[in-house]
Amino acid sequence: MRMLAGLAAWIARTLAVILVIASVNFALVHAAPGDPAQVIAGQSGASDETLLRQLRAEYGLDKPYPVQLATYLGRVLRLDLGYSYRQQRPVLGLVLERLPATLLLTGTAFALALGSGILLGTLSGVRAGRWSDTLIGLVSLVLYAMPVFWLGLMLVLVFSVQLEWLPAFGYRTVGATLSPLGQVGDVLAHLILPVLSLAAVYLAVYARLMRTSIVEVAAQDFVKTARAKGLTRGRVIRDHMIRNAILPVVTVAGMQAGALVGGSVVVETVFAWPGLGRLVFEALSQRDYPVLLGIFLVMSVLVILINMLTDLLSRLIDPRIAAPAKAA
Amino acid sequence: MTEPVLRITNLSVGLPRGADRAQAVSDVSIAVGANEIVCLVGESGSGKSMIAHTILGLLPPGVTVTGGAVTLRGRDIATASEAEMRSVRGRDAAMIFQEPLSALNPLKRIGEQIAEAVRAHAPATPRAAIRARVDALIAAVGLPDPERIRASFPFALSGGQRQRVMIAIAMANNPALLVADEPTTALDVTTQAQILALIRRLQSERQMGVLLITHDFGVVAEMADRVVVMRDGRVVEQGSAEAVLTAPRDPYTRALIAAVPHARGRASPNMRATPPLLEIEALSKTFTTRQGWFRPARRVVAADAISLTLSAGETVAVVGESGSGKSTLGQMILRLAEPDSGRIRFEGRDLLALRGEALRVARRRIQIVFQDPFAALNPRQRVGEAIARGPMAYGVPKAEAVAEAHALLDRVGLKAGAADRFPHEFSGGQRQRICIARALALKPRILVADEAVSALDVSVQARVLDLLAELRAEYNLAMLFITHDLRIAARIADRVAVMQQGRIVETGPAAALFAAPEHPYTRGLMAAMPGRRLFGGLDAPAPEALTA
Repeated sequence: MRMLAGLAAWIARTLAVILVIASVNFALVHAAPGDPAQVIAGQSGASDETLLRQLRAEYGLDKPYPVQLATYLGRVLRLDLGYSYRQQRPVLGLVLERLPATLLLTGTAFALALGSGILLGTLSGVRAGRWSDTLIGLVSLVLYAMPVFWLGLMLVLVFSVQLEWLPAFGYRTVGATLSPLGQVGDVLAHLILPVLSLAAVYLAVYARLMRTSIVEVAAQDFVKTARAKGLTRGRVIRDHMIRNAILPVVTVAGMQAGALVGGSVVVETVFAWPGLGRLVFEALSQRDYPVLLGIFLVMSVLVILINMLTDLLSRLIDPRIAAPAKAA
Repeated sequence: MTEPVLRITNLSVGLPRGADRAQAVSDVSIAVGANEIVCLVGESGSGKSMIAHTILGLLPPGVTVTGGAVTLRGRDIATASEAEMRSVRGRDAAMIFQEPLSALNPLKRIGEQIAEAVRAHAPATPRAAIRARVDALIAAVGLPDPERIRASFPFALSGGQRQRVMIAIAMANNPALLVADEPTTALDVTTQAQILALIRRLQSERQMGVLLITHDFGVVAEMADRVVVMRDGRVVEQGSAEAVLTAPRDPYTRALIAAVPHARGRASPNMRATPPLLEIEALSKTFTTRQGWFRPARRVVAADAISLTLSAGETVAVVGESGSGKSTLGQMILRLAEPDSGRIRFEGRDLLALRGEALRVARRRIQIVFQDPFAALNPRQRVGEAIARGPMAYGVPKAEAVAEAHALLDRVGLKAGAADRFPHEFSGGQRQRICIARALALKPRILVADEAVSALDVSVQARVLDLLAELRAEYNLAMLFITHDLRIAARIADRVAVMQQGRIVETGPAAALFAAPEHPYTRGLMAAMPGRRLFGGLDAPAPEALTA
């Protein structure tokens, strides 16, 4: 019963957050100079006042701001994200069509960054002060300092142009007839370079964070207890250190998962990856407001979901989070 | 005599370059026989923990054995490889640590942590056998309800229970030697007595050798067959417990024994008939914590109709175990915690009714010294500034406040120049002196000392207590001395209030209370005091009964 009440409270809170985000998005987009009517009129070549007025009336742009906002929020609640002026299609369909590609790209990059970051960070942490630690630290720093688009371009230059091992752009080979398995392989080959470019920075951050965390945990008494039991070094690291060290990494990773979707704008543009990021880029240059608002909203919902997952994961890792603090 | 379980001969342990001395341990020889408890006594920095870590091969990086031999069950382990040491650890020699709060992995269930110790030396043991062994170990250390304990995480257990779990882990493979590094220092007095009794019972049941490291001669009197006293990495005296305790030869040993506070209660000066400075009436406070979605909220009564008075120049000790509510009482007097009901009158005014500026002015007059001198000072603030900031906040000009800070540092016994240094440059005892100076800078009427000397070594403790007693007379301070240690209460207090579960169960002049405790709880606390036969109160038998 209380669990249901808790769930209901969570849903209500989440809805409220989504509406606030939608309002802020709406306000921001409308604060930008120029309006869609001008853009459409400009692109159709004729920009006389009558056409502008006609367009504004058609899209409700002549109504007072609060009315426009209310209309927008009402539509959001009905899952109607509006209609793209440019593409002449409903925004929801457009977004849903692009979403899987972005989820595939960011999801893979995130898993890679987190997995390798934790692994490298642990290696580095347990060898703190030795040459392998220094090397990992140096590589992390270089990865961290490198701009994403530049890394992308360099990877293309080396692996696609010079070595011709991997495709340089796109999602799949256009026009090729492949078996189902071949299709999967084709997508994977296309995936490698964008994933590496996107993951690099985050990998470096997680590796640094994990290293610090491991060094901190290594000094704790329970690690000494574990060693005093006669456990092997591997067991001490695996069973006692990593799990205790991982929590700050999970917290930061959860917060950055949203930024990862944002970071995909650059990578998707560089690699012509047909995902949400590129849609954002296109919509931005075309002032396609409904599309922009739709994508912002979907990303917000994604971030909220990821945060919820992070919370659940933290509770799984650390039983103390679920338990109440003890009274003094 | 048969070959001892542990024989340390001429052991030297070198510290890394840049340490305050070249060797943590120099030329130390100790033997621990089977079925014998040897107490290794010394203050922090004496090298006693280094010896414990050497035996288990757990020396911190940079610290190495530079000479001598450590022979465990006839095998030299000072130069053994990591793989050899792994088979020794937990099987031939096991270790328990001081801090039961941090010695267990917070994210692993207790059952797994004990099972791991069994499995480490017998990997092929079937699951059912391991579970049976874990249950037997849980029962052997006197923990109830193995089902529940096995499934619990460390945070759900009390300090004493966690230390029992640590002992269960240590016992997992029936070690020949148990190394216990200050195993009861972090526990309150009744829990300490239980844990010491447990170690003693297991020791005699299993014919184990025990190397017990402690700084407390009370514990030594309670436990030791033989005693080794260390100072600055060297053994200054060793011999049978009786000999060392009753006729110490070395002046350092004599000083350490003399520094142990005696629970006799000082004769209080006749209290002047002044109106009390602080009157507490029927103060109550209950903490309620929500327990998640399925369980009812947990209620902890921290204060239950507490009444207490404190006069100028008087020291009242509030004694109780952890969780008795004694710290909450201190916090309520400082208005750091708000009581649910009751009254506090300070200098005749209702302290609880004060708001805003009036409260700020009153706060200045009541200051506190906390338990942990490491956490109580801002690590990035110079000591002089930490002291001068208080008066400056009340409008004292900077130059004057700084001059005052220098004078106070001098008064509490710190060298000139201390004001310009940072807290980490000082030892625990020195930091506590800084905290006292910080409190006094505000010219308080009342000083609340919340376990102010509990974290300090016994001889340092004695000197800080002396300082407090001097300052009390100089400043005509009223002191509320919160402590779990009856011996400290006896040493400093005029009156004592004993707290249990939020209630004051007994109060009275210190001398009378220690001579004839009335409440059974007070008697229980007195009985649990380590070494009370040697250092204890009125009911203590004469020292010659020690061998009994």
